Amino acid sequence: MSQYVRFTIDKTECMAIKGQYIVEAAKENGIYIPTLCNYPGVKPKGGCRICTVKVNGKLMTSCTTPVAEGMTIENDIPDIRELRKAIVELLFVEGNHFCPACEKSGNCELQALAYRFQVMAPRFPFQFPLRRVDASHPKIIKEQNRCILCKRCIRAIKDEKGRSIFAYRRRSSRVEVVVDSKLGKQLTDELAQKAMDVCPVGSILVKEKGYITPIGQRKYDKMPIGSDIENMQVNKI
Amino acid sequence: MKTAVKKTIEKYGSDKYRLMDILIDIQSEFGYISREAIALIAEDLGMSEVDVEQTVSFYHFFSQKPTGKYCIYLNNSAVANMMGRAAVAATFEKELGIKFGEVTPDGLVGLFETSCIGMNDQEPAAIINNHIFTRLTPFRVKEIVRDIKEGKDVSEMLVADYGDGENRSDLIRSVVSNNIRKIGPVLDRDFKAGQAIEKIIKMKPEEVIEEVKKSNIRGRGGAGFPTGLKWEFCRNAPGERKYIFCNADEGEPGTFKDRVILTERPRLLFEGMVIAGYAVGATEGIVYIRYEYKYLQNYLENILQKAREANYLGKNILGKKGFNFDIRIQFGAGAYVCGEESALIESAEGKRGEPRDRPPFPVEKGYHDMPTVVNNVETLCSVVKVILKGGEWYKSFGTHESTGTKVLSISGDCKFPGVYEVEWGFSVNDILDMVGAEKDDVQAVQVGGPSGAIIAPNEFTRILGYEDLATGGSLIIIGKNRDILNDIVLNFTEFFIEESCGSCSTCRIVPTLMRNKLIKILNARGVKQDLADLQEWGKILKASRCGLGQTAANPILSSLKNFPHLYEEKIQKNKTYDSGFDLNAVVKESAKATGRVPII
Repeated sequence: MSQYVRFTIDKTECMAIKGQYIVEAAKENGIYIPTLCNYPGVKPKGGCRICTVKVNGKLMTSCTTPVAEGMTIENDIPDIRELRKAIVELLFVEGNHFCPACEKSGNCELQALAYRFQVMAPRFPFQFPLRRVDASHPKIIKEQNRCILCKRCIRAIKDEKGRSIFAYRRRSSRVEVVVDSKLGKQLTDELAQKAMDVCPVGSILVKEKGYITPIGQRKYDKMPIGSDIENMQVNKI
Repeated sequence: MKTAVKKTIEKYGSDKYRLMDILIDIQSEFGYISREAIALIAEDLGMSEVDVEQTVSFYHFFSQKPTGKYCIYLNNSAVANMMGRAAVAATFEKELGIKFGEVTPDGLVGLFETSCIGMNDQEPAAIINNHIFTRLTPFRVKEIVRDIKEGKDVSEMLVADYGDGENRSDLIRSVVSNNIRKIGPVLDRDFKAGQAIEKIIKMKPEEVIEEVKKSNIRGRGGAGFPTGLKWEFCRNAPGERKYIFCNADEGEPGTFKDRVILTERPRLLFEGMVIAGYAVGATEGIVYIRYEYKYLQNYLENILQKAREANYLGKNILGKKGFNFDIRIQFGAGAYVCGEESALIESAEGKRGEPRDRPPFPVEKGYHDMPTVVNNVETLCSVVKVILKGGEWYKSFGTHESTGTKVLSISGDCKFPGVYEVEWGFSVNDILDMVGAEKDDVQAVQVGGPSGAIIAPNEFTRILGYEDLATGGSLIIIGKNRDILNDIVLNFTEFFIEESCGSCSTCRIVPTLMRNKLIKILNARGVKQDLADLQEWGKILKASRCGLGQTAANPILSSLKNFPHLYEEKIQKNKTYDSGFDLNAVVKESAKATGRVPII
């Protein structure tokens, strides 16, 4: 039998299975903690830092920190809201994100978070980096202008031998996510689609199709990101 | 080449966890790691090529392009600049006819920049094919280039006079000086190898931990976690194997004390690891040493071999049944972030040196996911003395909060740069006296390296200790003639930008934005709002995963706090805000072409 622990998020009493990550535990209690690099079923990597909360007063990423008995978690408080908004803005100025032309528009988590946080214009200067579009692989396009380096594809997409198809190259602000030229050739339609779906932005695109969902029916057209969790009926344990 | 690469892979048992060693050997042998080599490694280790490449491209000393038969890395740290690096760099470029980052057309010489190489007390310094050259002058550079053109081996290019102490020994033969200026109870020579081991084998492991706890010693790398507690956590953590790591990846610019300890007191260090191994129940120790200290490799390997022969290492150590422990050396390949303990473990496993998310901590899940203790070089040395002389004895040094001594690396504008072992509780003023700095000429002291703080004379009464100025031991003295913002703050900020692993959004992006703003201020284009922005933006970094990211804004934030006038002098007085957009500048070209000037 699993062991339950009690903790609070913004003074709301919560309960969850011991060892569950805070972000999941919050979800089960109907509380939305924004995430970006996190993806269900994939090992978390605390990279984007958007899900940062204060755990007993200390900044921690909720996608990597398991809940424990008696934890005091602060989530929807002014300085955390401000931090998250700043991170979204940072990701916008770091790359070249031109939403109107992007086929992930409306289904893009970065864009959806920007709407949720009411980002009008980033406080930081745009970097306008020179980045390339890698269309050399038969099934997918790697659009580096839009990559937010969240590592979701690196962690989620492996070949049948467990080898990485996507990986980081270089470090610091020069880091980029690249596709293995040999394994990229062997990518199946199914895996290519999965890679595109895993990508929170429009950086991995399946070739020869696009703009399939009409405006108005896209994922975030009607409700802001996170509202599914907030509107969920929580079964009290 | 194929056979050589295959042989190297075999040498490390085709173990992908030894990828760093494989790559280091290939880089040394060929001067670069080719596509072909990457493909061979990937195939043999069952990895994809991008997976091998992500490790290769992470480390500064791995190159995917040829780096020349003679590969020169000239240090570009702040103190190197203070000691005359500019003229040395210009001479290298002139004599070789290439710029930094280039290789001569004949493939003979490559010229590159590198972050602090741990020689701040004898700058300007460079690494040429793993040999260290210190106190470079334009004249010396001309000699070196002449020797290179004559085809001399690098070991023949060293001057007749080697450095002091073990630097002269056959297995090192280096011009590096130790510059040990003050010896305290830890660095004291009153130690014979095996002494402490003989003592602990008569004790229970728990008693060893108890003695260390009694001493109140805290980690000497800078974070200050109680050592005894760390050992206890690891001892109590479940795991079929346990590991002891010595963190000898001192990369904080201005720190070089571990280099001196590795040169002069390696037996003390290794004995500390054996004690830790016994206390924790570990069977393997790994010394992770920064690549810059590769010139010590043969010397250290030889000492380890001697220790095995004396049964200080190996099986049933000194007759204690079941007490098995051995040590191997793992070199890094140029990445400051690997000084962070979980990044260090990742690197030792052959991966990119990206810090892990915590929890779990290394004491629960470290190397190979087994409980692992990571201790600083100096911590492990101090522990030997704690065991030999007792926790109470150790506690008699230092302050209540910070017991024992600290080995300091002192450099910059002073008469006697070098290594000093002092008790915790020394004030900055005491230290300035000790190192022969003219107090009237001191403008600032950088305490704890770039990730620490830059303090002004009104704070020189503060003391070194965990309760006040916590430090990993680096102090850089900055004279009145220095331009703090340009020479120190900008240099350190660029260091952090270069050394970020890139996986946290905050640390990857914010320091660059802050650097750009600092340059704007240095160019006299800043406004008051820019100073407020720097303060605010710096806060974002506190959400980064590791200490590197969390402290990357410290050079700017601490100079803003302690030297606000330097910023205020530079900003435009009549403007409080600007849009960051200069219309005149962006339309300059078209205005020139059309002959029309915009109306503003």
